[in-house]
Formats: sequence, C-alpha cells, structure tokens
Amino acid sequence: MKLITVAGPPSCGKTSIILRAIEPLVASGLKVGVVKFDCLTSDDYLRYEQAGIEVKTGLAGGLCPDHFFIANIEQAVQWGQREGFDLLISESAGLCNRCSPHIKDVLAVCVIDHLSGVHTPRKIGPMLKSADVVVLTKGDIVSQAEREVFAFRVRQVNPKAAVLPVNGLTGQGTLLLQRHFQSAAEVTTLNDMRLRFTMPAALCSYCLGETRIGPDCQIGNIKTMDFS
Amino acid sequence: MTDTSLLTQSLHQLLSERPYVRDFFAALNLTPPDDEISLGAFLDGIPAAHLEEFALDHATLTSQCVDFITQMEAFQSSETSTVREVTIKAGVDKSGTKEQQDLILRSGEVVCVVGPTGSGKSRLLADIECLAQGDTPSKRQILLDGQVPDENRRLSGEQQLVAQLSQNMNFVMDLTVREFITMHAESRLISDVAERVEQIFTTAVDLAGEPFTLDTPVTALSGGQSRALMIADVACLSASPIVLIDEIENAGVDRRRALDLLVKEEKIVLMATHDPLLALSGDRRLVIRNGGIAAIIETSDEERQGLGQLTALDKKLSRLRDQVRHGERIIFDLQQLAE
Repeated sequence: MKLITVAGPPSCGKTSIILRAIEPLVASGLKVGVVKFDCLTSDDYLRYEQAGIEVKTGLAGGLCPDHFFIANIEQAVQWGQREGFDLLISESAGLCNRCSPHIKDVLAVCVIDHLSGVHTPRKIGPMLKSADVVVLTKGDIVSQAEREVFAFRVRQVNPKAAVLPVNGLTGQGTLLLQRHFQSAAEVTTLNDMRLRFTMPAALCSYCLGETRIGPDCQIGNIKTMDFS
Repeated sequence: MTDTSLLTQSLHQLLSERPYVRDFFAALNLTPPDDEISLGAFLDGIPAAHLEEFALDHATLTSQCVDFITQMEAFQSSETSTVREVTIKAGVDKSGTKEQQDLILRSGEVVCVVGPTGSGKSRLLADIECLAQGDTPSKRQILLDGQVPDENRRLSGEQQLVAQLSQNMNFVMDLTVREFITMHAESRLISDVAERVEQIFTTAVDLAGEPFTLDTPVTALSGGQSRALMIADVACLSASPIVLIDEIENAGVDRRRALDLLVKEEKIVLMATHDPLLALSGDRRLVIRNGGIAAIIETSDEERQGLGQLTALDKKLSRLRDQVRHGERIIFDLQQLAE
C-alpha cells in the first residue's frame, strides 16, 4: 500500500485537492482510503463519504494534534492494509505552523493557499520546508504577480520541492499532483521509520491541566521572553 | 559553482552578487554581516542552540544553504531562456474524433479562443498548463520550441507557461503600488528593479486612463486601474510566455493598447472573447467544439476592413459611456451613430 501525508493550515483546501486528485485514480480501479486528523471537530468525512471514499476521523481534542497523529499513524497503516487499500492518504491540519507530520521515505505533501499572504511561506516552517510536493490553492482569485511571488517564496523555503498550483474547485492542475501520488513509496509498517523533523516539544505543568498563572505554577519545559 | 568555492566566498561579495541570500538567513532569524568573513566561517559560528530551535545542525544548515544558492542560480538562468513557440499536437475531442491539425503558437501573436461555455476552452488551457504529453483526456501533446519538455522539470512545476488575467482576480496584499511591483521584480531576481518599477507604473497609468500614484495602496485602486496594473505587470514582469486573457470586455482599460503592449513584450496572447472587436484584433481564432479544436480561422483582409468600422462604432459608444459617467443626458440618433 502507498502512503502519503498531506498537511496544511486549516481551510486551505486540503480535502478538495485530495478529492480532485484521487477521483481519476478511483475511477481507474484503485482502492483509496483517507485518515483525517483534526483537532476539535471535523465534518470533512462527509465529503469523502459522498465521494465513496472510505474515511476514518481522529480528533486530538486536548492533545497536541501532531503528537496525536504520530501515536496513531501506524494503526492507520494497519487499518489500510486490512481494508486492502492501494493508497492511504493521511490528511492533517497544521495548527501551530510548527507542526510537521512528514515521515522520511513517505511522500510528503504540503498545501497552502494564496489568500494567506506572501509572508506565509516563511512562517509555516517544517511542514513546508520538509515537504516533497507543495500544492498552492486558490490562485484563481489573486493577481498573477502575487501567484509568482508566492511560488518564489515557497521555493526559497524549500528549494527541492515540486511546487504545483492546483484549483480545488475545477481540478485544474491535479494531473501532475496525481503523478506524484502514483509515485509514492509502498509501506507495510512505519515501525522504525523516522519523522523528518522533530515535533514541537511540550512537557510542562500546563500540559497536565494546570490553569493557574504565575511562576510557581510553571514547572517543566518553559521558555521565557526577554523584556529588558 | 562548487560548494567549496561558495563557502570560501566572503559574505560581502556574496551579498552584493546574490542579495537573495539575506532571505535564506531571514527565515532563520539571522542577519549576515556585510563584511569579509567567509560564508563557511559565518555558518560555523552560528550557535548550536540557535540552530536547535529550527531542528538544524551545522552540517544540515550548510547543505541547505548551498542548495538554496544553487537553486536560486538555476532559477535565474532558466529565466533567460524564454519559450518562443508552443506546439499543440492534435488530440481528440470528447467523442474521440481526431482534431484536424497541429497548432503552433508563436510569441507576439494574438490568438482568440471562441466557443460556448462547456465547449472545451478550459480543457485546452489545462493541457497547455500541465504540458500534456498524451496523458490527458484530450490526448494532446505540448512541445516547447519544438522539443518534448523534460519530464522531471514538468513534474517540478518549475515552468509555469500560462499567466492569467481575469476579472475575478484581485490584489489581496496590503501594499502600495511601488512596494507591490518591487516585490514582484525582486522575486524575479532582476537587477534593475527601480527602473522596471517606473516602467510598469507609467505603462499602467497610461492604460488605465485615470491617474494613480506609486504610493496608492493596490487595494484602493479602481477596477480599471487594477486591471491596468495587472496587465502592465504581466507584460513586463511575468515569467510565463503565454498570457491568457479572460473577459477584458468593459474592463475600464484601453483594450487595444493592452493587446499591443503584450504583443510588444513578445507574449503569446490567448484571449477568450466573444467581442467582435477583440476577436478581429487577433491573428487567428480557435473554434472550440465538443472538447476539440474544430477549426482555426485566420483573420481575413475583409474582416480586417470591418475592423475599421467596428473601431469607429466602438469609439462612439465609449463617448456615450463617458457621457453617462459624467452625468449628462444621452440623446443620439442611431442612424448618425452608425455612420
């Protein structure tokens, strides 16, 4: 089974471009499944179900979504194999711009939309920097100059990635994305494989439910700003 | 340039030859000093604790920095090789009937694309955009300057053939006209940024008819002004050899001059239009039907003669538009108007 991790900020069009890209693959007889990792709620499963795609949703709730992802992705791979998928796509929202669910030797796709502004590529960090393919969405409503500047800045952050503009509404541009999907590596297990980038660390009293504010309540991995 | 020679170069020299190197370090919250220290020494001197923030170590940072510079260099050199000819080898329409002929689009040419909604205009455009190699439903193949494009380059999305101008497009950035054009020029890694900004600004004001300044925020431009700036910018700065224009009817710009500008800048202009005046301004019209190119009509001499009459009529109509705009009464005799 091929595995692909797709990540990007909330509402950037991940579900739309995945649906568009797999449509012809499904039509050609490939069995595709999706695992959607989200934080509090998600109704994207409805869109997958409507398209006849098998989907599982995982909600991180009070946990860091990235840590939740990595604790569950191997199980997802095993589920995918039991279901007999040819291709499993994990879709996760990068919520803090420091997230990076990408795994070495697993095709990594990052989705960002043009409306998020030209400074976004620099702000996003490892999710973008360590991706193999960067998909740029919602380009049909911004000027050509903004599209070119945006693509350039993405290349500055990640010189090696393929940068593909895709229209999630019309599907324009999905052909090349499909090509990348089809070239994804086969996996049977993720055990002993590694993340491409460390996850944001958090190990302090607030992780364990502390709500009070003050130096006495901060225990653990704390970082303080310089206000001098 | 080899990795080692890059690393032994002084930052002063590197930054003056490659100002974009600053961007690499800006992303890491670092400002490289403009002095004689070598790039390698500067990289080695960055505290490990700072790099840890970005989950980097010195070896990875060095290789990323070299990759970045190499990639930017490749980007810069690919800019100089512009595509002058795009061949669309015949494919099939939606019923599987073969298209009659191959089509060659040349720079400096205006080609109109006509056909009702759903006839397959987007399909043709999508084929060009993804450099189709017989692998799209239309089975068309795209050649650049007569050559099959490199598959790896195709998959990298590096070469965006089509720049688009459509009425649905807006500026979303909160910048002045000057900052906006400068940013675009810098991203193209050109050397004469200030000059180019001036050129595009003058051209845009000229096309728009209503003046604006370099300090006007782009989001405050009127519809016509925005369109004019987008056209001038695409003509003079876009990397793409093909410009697709969708609906410049009534866009509040001098349409004829907009086309002249794009042609002068050696663009291949594809125009989706049903306006007879614009259609006749083109060299050829592609008739799209049932997903295929059903016919290619060369603009005839007879049609060109009609263009004169149409232009006169169009001028009269625009005078009427001006009267409406200025709050005047519109009284005219249709007979006179047509004369």
